[in-house]
Amino acid sequence: MLDRYYLENRILNFDKSYIVEGYTIAGPKENDGRLHATFDMALKDDMFGQTTFERAERKMFEHCISGAISKANMQTRDIDYILGGDILNQNVSASYACRKFHCGYVGLYNACATYVESLIVASSLLQSGARTALCVSGSHFSTVERQYRYPLELGVLRSPMTQWTVTGVGATVLQSEKDDLPKVTRGMFGRVIDYGIMDINNMGAAMAPAACDTLVTYFERTNTKPSDYDLIVTGDLGKLGKDILIDLMSQKGYDVSDNYADCGAMLFFDDQKTYQGGSGPACSALGFNALFLSNIRQGNIKKMLLVGTGALMSSTVQFQGDSIAAVAHLVEISR
Amino acid sequence: MTKKLSNQQNPISPDGKLTAKITKDNYKQYVFEKSPKSAHAKNMFWAFVIGGLICVIGQIFIEIYSLLGFSNADSSGLASATLVVITAILTGFGVFDQIGRFAGAGSTIPITGFANAVVAPALEFKAEGLIYGLGAKMFVVAGPVVVNGVFVSVIIALLTLLIGG
Repeated sequence: MLDRYYLENRILNFDKSYIVEGYTIAGPKENDGRLHATFDMALKDDMFGQTTFERAERKMFEHCISGAISKANMQTRDIDYILGGDILNQNVSASYACRKFHCGYVGLYNACATYVESLIVASSLLQSGARTALCVSGSHFSTVERQYRYPLELGVLRSPMTQWTVTGVGATVLQSEKDDLPKVTRGMFGRVIDYGIMDINNMGAAMAPAACDTLVTYFERTNTKPSDYDLIVTGDLGKLGKDILIDLMSQKGYDVSDNYADCGAMLFFDDQKTYQGGSGPACSALGFNALFLSNIRQGNIKKMLLVGTGALMSSTVQFQGDSIAAVAHLVEISR
Repeated sequence: MTKKLSNQQNPISPDGKLTAKITKDNYKQYVFEKSPKSAHAKNMFWAFVIGGLICVIGQIFIEIYSLLGFSNADSSGLASATLVVITAILTGFGVFDQIGRFAGAGSTIPITGFANAVVAPALEFKAEGLIYGLGAKMFVVAGPVVVNGVFVSVIIALLTLLIGG
């Protein structure tokens, strides 16, 4: 399956990408979950004082960007580029939020892999001369539900395979100036994988093969193995997708069952009725900035892999009978 | 449950052990076996109880309206209308989706499901304005039901005319 020419492609190596600060805003349900009180800001009401959910999501982006900038002890003029995206059509939340910031804006879309994608692109920008970059990505349950599924108040039975779109935004400030900070050391963009899953309620199963492909390719290209890392984290495979990935990896000869976590699967408690856990671009952004970043700083994690997984379908192609394509990107972060 | 999705070898045994290589061809079969199954017995039980309860409430309204002196046909119509109004109010207060998540088809199949399917998008798309939002999107869920309902009833009417008439 791994074609020779694809294996020979190069990994991106970075030595100028230092993670200064991370900032997170989470919705009320997320704050009641397992990561309770690790967020910089939690909303009591997911309308955030706005008239529509879309405006609320935009306001969350604005708050998160300015929060990250001030937490990093910087000012807006210190930020060269803002990179980010969400999963609303035409990336409106991230783009419109950036009306308030006079920084170069790079709008990115890779569904739930957007956060890791933005980390790789930002590191490349820093490598080629930018001083600072801010990566942001997020989602809002109520806006996503309307775009991809049903109106909120419609009384339907949810499938046990479904995941719950996470309400939240996470942002990370990167700088190129050398400092004693966690750093992004390697990056790799994955290829688009489609194993023919049609069920929009089972995104974990659609994305797991992409995550597997990216991880296996990375280990082969760098000649490393899962035990070389303290932690391997995927974005939003959910509980089912996590189990599938462990199976898929074991068939390729890699055992990841000991040091592998999934941001989506770990966000909620079982009794919060999210079934397979969280999903959405906010998953990896919240998980990394709220939990893993501080653990890297404290030295609990020395080297980790963060794999963003994205399902790339839209409701149009889904209704036209196309299967769900997925992609996974990877960054190596070390102390 | 051994639904066969392809003629490839099933890569997973019933106790969750991997028995063959997972490939692109047998992946769907593997995912099907691995996925948690819907709790059919529980779902059907609650659909029966809640669905039945809604029908009982409807019957109570029919009896009340006939006691008030309406004809049989009028009482049925009024009872349906009452259920629609109650559902609309419950949807507005965000209660009906809770019932629906629990009762499934039990609350979707009676006329309450139709009322909910009209009111829910109307509420949701109100933000886009009264014409392009509410007006355009109100029947986004219920529309297919109306179209197919009308279409099928025309066919049945034609059949009745040809065979029965």
